[in-house]
Amino acid sequence: MTTATDIDRKSLTEYLLRLGDTSLILGHRLSEWCGHGPVLEEDIAMSNIALDLIGQARLLYTYAGTVEGEGRDEDDFAFKRDVTDWKNLLLAEQPNGDFAATMVRQFLIDCFNVELYTSLSKSTDTELAAIAAKSLKEVTYHRRHSGEWIIRMGDGTDESHRRVQRALDDHWIFVDELFETDALDAAIVAAGIGPDLKSLRPAWDSMVDRVLAEATLTRPQTDFPRSGGRTGSHSEYLGFILSDLQFMQRAYPGMEW
Amino acid sequence: MPASSREWPLWEIFVRSRQGLSHKHVGSLRAVDAEMAIQNARDVYTRRREGESIWVVEASHIHASQPESRGPFFDPADDKIYRHPTFYDVPDGVENM
Repeated sequence: MTTATDIDRKSLTEYLLRLGDTSLILGHRLSEWCGHGPVLEEDIAMSNIALDLIGQARLLYTYAGTVEGEGRDEDDFAFKRDVTDWKNLLLAEQPNGDFAATMVRQFLIDCFNVELYTSLSKSTDTELAAIAAKSLKEVTYHRRHSGEWIIRMGDGTDESHRRVQRALDDHWIFVDELFETDALDAAIVAAGIGPDLKSLRPAWDSMVDRVLAEATLTRPQTDFPRSGGRTGSHSEYLGFILSDLQFMQRAYPGMEW
Repeated sequence: MPASSREWPLWEIFVRSRQGLSHKHVGSLRAVDAEMAIQNARDVYTRRREGESIWVVEASHIHASQPESRGPFFDPADDKIYRHPTFYDVPDGVENM
């Protein structure tokens, strides 16, 4: 394993947590559908995708713990951090809403993840490149699944079209954050570890536009994009997610089963 | 519209395993169309790496022999034991028979 040496441990740890947190929170949101899916087949599909995402988070957290070198493991990152320590995208923590809202949230992130992990699979950090190569196969399937649903709901009945368009409109304020960069991203790019997120936007746009066109949906616009997730400023939803996710370890510290 | 006609169509799922030469029927599921049936089959029937290839067939497209024709269809084969290659002595030198 060769870790890029021209970046400090703290920055790389932070970067890995940003990636892992988005995967875990989105995976947790999807897991909330388990047993509540619209049909059995879709219930299983969403649970499978949730497991893929949680699996990605585990790999990223474990590696983050190694890089950090302070003895923290995947469970420490998942169960022992408070809201402001979490670096996930705001889009990932938004509520499930109806099935259209869940699929829109998923599709927007899936399209991003495909571009992100394609790029990360060529990272100078070989461990991260390996995690990304594995994840890329998973998120490619996720995008296929959510994209096909967007097309079917958009080009479906009046009601399904209305619902999926509304979900798009509601979630569009969180899109710009996906491609936002800061000093940490600049250091990551300089070290050859990850892509310039802004550079992923054209491919994301063309994929999203292609699917929206086929789905007869209108691409929304927003004057008030929201951001802050990557630096720990979250919507009110994350606290509720964590109280659910972390309950057992908070109530019974160190509990194993 | 009765609930049954609002349900998604039923699809029969066939999976070819890694070692398998042919697709085997593994079960059925509901899906809105063929593409979604393949995706659902992937999630329902291959999540433990059971397969390398999936076929889906809308159940209404399968035409089956009728149970009441079982006699005329299959019984005449009962007394044709010579159709089984069991009347030959296999030479000692032949392996894997």
